[in-house]
Amino acid sequence: MQLKNRHILGWLEAAPLAMVLLGFLIAPIVMIVIVSFWGATEFSIYPAFEFDNYEFLFGSPVTYRVFGATFKYAFITWALTLAIGFTVAYFLAFHVRSLTMQIALFLVCTIPFWTSNIIRMISWIPFLGRNGIANQTLISWGVIDEPLEWLLYSDFAVILAFVHLYTLFMVVPIFNTMMRIDKSLLEAARDNGASGFQTLVHVIIPLTKPGIMIGTIFVVTLVMGDFITVRFMSGSQRANVGRLISNDIGLLQYPSAAATAVVLLCTVLIVIAILLRFVNIRKEL
Amino acid sequence: MAKPKVGYTRRSILKTGGAALAASTLPAPMLWAQDTKNIVLRQFGTGVSNLNDVANKVKEDLGFTLEMTALDSDSVTQRASTQPDSFDIADIEYWICKKVWPTGNLQAMDTSKIANYDKIVGIFRDGKLMPDSTIAQGTAPHSVGFVDGPGGTSFADSETGWMTLIPTIYNADTLGIRPDLIGRPIESWTELLNPEFKGKASILDISSIGIMDMAMVCEAMGEIQYGDKGNMTREEIDKTMAIFTEAKRAGQFRAFWKSFDESVNLMASGEVVIQSMWSPAITAVKSRGIPCVYQPLKEGYRSWGGGIGLSSSLSGMELDAAYEYINWYLSGWVGGYLMRQGYYSAVPETSKNFMSENEWGYWFEGKEATGIITSPSGDTLAQAGEIRDGGSFYDRMGAVACWNAVMDENQYMVRKWNEFIAA
Repeated sequence: MQLKNRHILGWLEAAPLAMVLLGFLIAPIVMIVIVSFWGATEFSIYPAFEFDNYEFLFGSPVTYRVFGATFKYAFITWALTLAIGFTVAYFLAFHVRSLTMQIALFLVCTIPFWTSNIIRMISWIPFLGRNGIANQTLISWGVIDEPLEWLLYSDFAVILAFVHLYTLFMVVPIFNTMMRIDKSLLEAARDNGASGFQTLVHVIIPLTKPGIMIGTIFVVTLVMGDFITVRFMSGSQRANVGRLISNDIGLLQYPSAAATAVVLLCTVLIVIAILLRFVNIRKEL
Repeated sequence: MAKPKVGYTRRSILKTGGAALAASTLPAPMLWAQDTKNIVLRQFGTGVSNLNDVANKVKEDLGFTLEMTALDSDSVTQRASTQPDSFDIADIEYWICKKVWPTGNLQAMDTSKIANYDKIVGIFRDGKLMPDSTIAQGTAPHSVGFVDGPGGTSFADSETGWMTLIPTIYNADTLGIRPDLIGRPIESWTELLNPEFKGKASILDISSIGIMDMAMVCEAMGEIQYGDKGNMTREEIDKTMAIFTEAKRAGQFRAFWKSFDESVNLMASGEVVIQSMWSPAITAVKSRGIPCVYQPLKEGYRSWGGGIGLSSSLSGMELDAAYEYINWYLSGWVGGYLMRQGYYSAVPETSKNFMSENEWGYWFEGKEATGIITSPSGDTLAQAGEIRDGGSFYDRMGAVACWNAVMDENQYMVRKWNEFIAA
């Protein structure tokens, strides 16, 4: 059959995805932006175009502190998941020789993800508690005399849970890019007299950058959008932007929640835009 | 969609019409059993009194169906004020009533149709438990309990014969403690911020109730004299929050809790030894064999009360069924059921018939249990010889310092509360 108008056909082919994105991504975001300018009474919201929500948001020192905390969590979690994720991926890709073994070990990494992340998170609580397993063990070993208070309901606990939850999101893309590295490049490096460390720094890391970047985007967006981990692991004592939004929703202040969400969305998009300046991930896709 | 669901066969419509006619022409509500079994009343409210056992018993005793929906207080408020057609009976707290009544979504109830009206506890009628009692601060139930007539929109000062909510359940709340880990008597709200319990205290992260507990503490410390703890000024809110923010930064609190289960776990695991708590949570800790006391404090209790209100769209036979339900509610079975959980019933004397002498003595009169006390679900709550924390009904409800309330500065308080959590 002769194609008469390739142009129209192209549009038709793109249409289903475009409709899905329009209906389930663009429209809700537009709605959130609109509502963020609305006003609210104690138990209703009314259409308006006012900047009160943003004014309050930017006028409150709490907002800056909470955004600061959100960045802090994102940065520390990113650094730790990167270190662990890179090491695990490196081991899987270059130290394990047989493909079967690689696949088997990779599946082992995913086992914790067979349960809900809430359960994985909450299971830390009895472990880290004042009379929990960690403290009891340390006391019985004679390492400490008094239970460590900072193990649970602290920044430590929050970051521990984040790292536990999200390291796999770093492992997978890095492992994926590492597997695509042509082994002959490594041999060439060795033949030219590079040490193992030099190979790592000058060959492997530059070639793994797209994977690192994809993992980074996963981890940063997940941590910045989280609220439940912070709430449970800090015993409600710490806040990030997600909790600010969830508190507003609980109090029926939807416009204020929408305004915070818009600011958070912009922040995350800016962060991702900056990240993409460093690495061209299209090469990867 | 306002009408309750009825099976529309020709026969049932004829019958329903006949019954509605009969009900509206005869002075006393008279329902025919065949018709009532088709009636469905939709009740929604907070979890405390939305009990399936109650719905089952209604079906058994009255014949009609009661559909229950449990929501949190914020959702209840929202639904009662914005979706009047989505319910027939609202089971809400008195402070919620203060917010919802002005929307006109509830209708006043004729007290002459309430058989046990005269036996309802004074707190809900003239505000006084006993003739010489003083009325506590906050949204006291009687202050939002009456309106001038069937269409009244503003609250009346005294009993008018038209009630907004029929009281169902209430209690006096205080701090829960772990006596085994504290090892000395606790007598005052100030102990919540005592540095002795640094890192071992908790408060609930529900702003409207948490602020009250904070106020009890600040007032007990002598730091702030409130005009009305239930309706603070901005200045009072700021001062209260400042004291607690300082304590938070100093590491006084181990955690804040939002759900019932969290409060139970904090206490049972020993993470926390003193915290704001609800009565059934104490019971839950005790049922694990861990000592826990609902400690009466010299400054008094923070109290709350709930009641059922009728949707303004209820009419005819369904309205009569609703009155019948209310009369049944006050006739004792539910009261006995609730009192055996540690709550109080609006008409205690009818509940007495549904409790054993031992139970009545323990829960209401504050006497030593003469045998094992069990909850309605069969868990052991107390052994023979034990007495209830805080003593008798009159000792506990007579020592209420403040009722749960909604403030004029509520939105400001909520923002400050958010700051406190983020501090």
